[in-house]
Amino acid sequence: MARTVRAVLVGLAVVAAGIALATLRVNPYLYFAGYVILQYVVIATAWNILGGYAGYVNFGTPAFFALGAYTAVFLIQSTQAPLPVLILAGGLVSALLGLGIGYLTLRLRGVFFSIATLALSIVLQTMIMNWQYVGGSRGMSVLRPSGPPFGSYVTFLFTVMVALAVVAVIVARFIERSWIGRGLAALRDNEEAAECMGVPTLRLKLFATTISGCLLGVAGAPFPYYVTFVEPNSAFNLDYAVNALAMPMIGGTTSWVGPVIGAVLLGAAQQLATVTISSEMNLFIVGVVLVAFVVLAPEGILGLVRRLRGR
Amino acid sequence: MAATLLEVHGLRKSFGGFTALNGVTLQVRAGERFGLIGPNGSGKTTLINCVSGSLHADGGRILFEGTDITTLPAHRRTQLGIARSFQIPKPFTSMTVIENLGIPLEYTRRARSRDGGAAEAAEILRVIGLEAKAHVRPASLTQIEMRKLELARAMAARPKLLICDEAMAGLSSGEVDDILTILFRLNEGGITIIMIEHIMRAVMRFSERIVVLDAGERIAEGPPDDIVRNPAVEKAYLGE
Repeated sequence: MARTVRAVLVGLAVVAAGIALATLRVNPYLYFAGYVILQYVVIATAWNILGGYAGYVNFGTPAFFALGAYTAVFLIQSTQAPLPVLILAGGLVSALLGLGIGYLTLRLRGVFFSIATLALSIVLQTMIMNWQYVGGSRGMSVLRPSGPPFGSYVTFLFTVMVALAVVAVIVARFIERSWIGRGLAALRDNEEAAECMGVPTLRLKLFATTISGCLLGVAGAPFPYYVTFVEPNSAFNLDYAVNALAMPMIGGTTSWVGPVIGAVLLGAAQQLATVTISSEMNLFIVGVVLVAFVVLAPEGILGLVRRLRGR
Repeated sequence: MAATLLEVHGLRKSFGGFTALNGVTLQVRAGERFGLIGPNGSGKTTLINCVSGSLHADGGRILFEGTDITTLPAHRRTQLGIARSFQIPKPFTSMTVIENLGIPLEYTRRARSRDGGAAEAAEILRVIGLEAKAHVRPASLTQIEMRKLELARAMAARPKLLICDEAMAGLSSGEVDDILTILFRLNEGGITIIMIEHIMRAVMRFSERIVVLDAGERIAEGPPDDIVRNPAVEKAYLGE
């Protein structure tokens, strides 16, 4: 219990640091880039709850992220709902989608589950493209509310994302260290054996897909205000699927620290490449780094550190 | 005569056009050492999978301590007191040996204790003779140690009924005796044991009563001495 309290305190300190950073008003681009990196911290952490802890590789990250974003668009369009409501609603809707995906794990395992999630993303994108109320395939402009607390709206969104990242990491850390995390690890290692050892595998899988989906939706909910123009191709971008998988793999999937390390490193490298080289370099970097890690350090940076310490 | 612990009534299971179990009925008494034998493909493992809940039967009923468990998921049956070891060991590879035991310990008890049942896990490892390997990963275990881990992990579920699916396959005769000693000791501790085995020497020595399956049907039942003299059994194994 004391450790959880300490984790929450550290989290609060990080949020405070984020707010302090926002009041500094350095180059606005830094907040812009920082937001993207933090968004990837949430996405990678959320993905890892299902992919890393439970071993179910989700290729449908864009579906959950975009569903969060489009839930927000719908609510902005219909009721002008405030940002906290958008985040909660986005998380809730994506959680429901996660629950649905969870039932797929009854029949689909391994690569077949991954293919199904990829298909889900495509189906959902097609539906959104044909839904004119939220902009259809042409997309839609979103007006930011006036009067944000810290200077510009982007700095405000930056602090919001700091808080969301902290929440995501605390949730992941809690799951990892609880009986839930140990049950998920057992079913990742061998689902049949886990079930026969008393682990309610279906219930745990449903829990993992729901929480993972929820956090992905939460990451997507502020997206419309961040980009101010939402269209299906950017919201359902395949980059999210690739990054969500690559970041935990590079950092290390067995601990909550892994996705954070991966997201910060890879996210920062991508932002750097976008400004200095070209925006097309993003996925190239991810690809090269991922191949290097899969070959040289399959357990990610955490595994590498552990191995170096062990000798 | 002891109370019936497990009752299987007219159990049927088919895979496509192949009938693996064709109305199998048997009873296992509390505290009994029960042997289940039969030629390859006779349905032994299918029967065990249906009893442990890994497979769901197409027809028939399974009762455990008088409760109908036919439709319960496997983890509920484990919590009620049925544990099994697997023919091909299925350890949790990312965990150490003692952490492997932690999973059933944690998930079969109502209240979850802070130390994750570490003391109890250590005690089980001591009984099984695996305490020296408590903190290594399963990947570095030998074949017999892997079998012992399967047994130890099943024991950690605190079963009333332990099902050993070919726990001794591929072991040397000294190692078979080793496992038999452990099983006898567990049985003396009050655990009912169903042994599925191809090593006749082991089943005959261990079992008080044996049921023989052939092509999904029960062809014989009785004490080991009767079974070895039974012409139907001989025919099933050797042909005419």
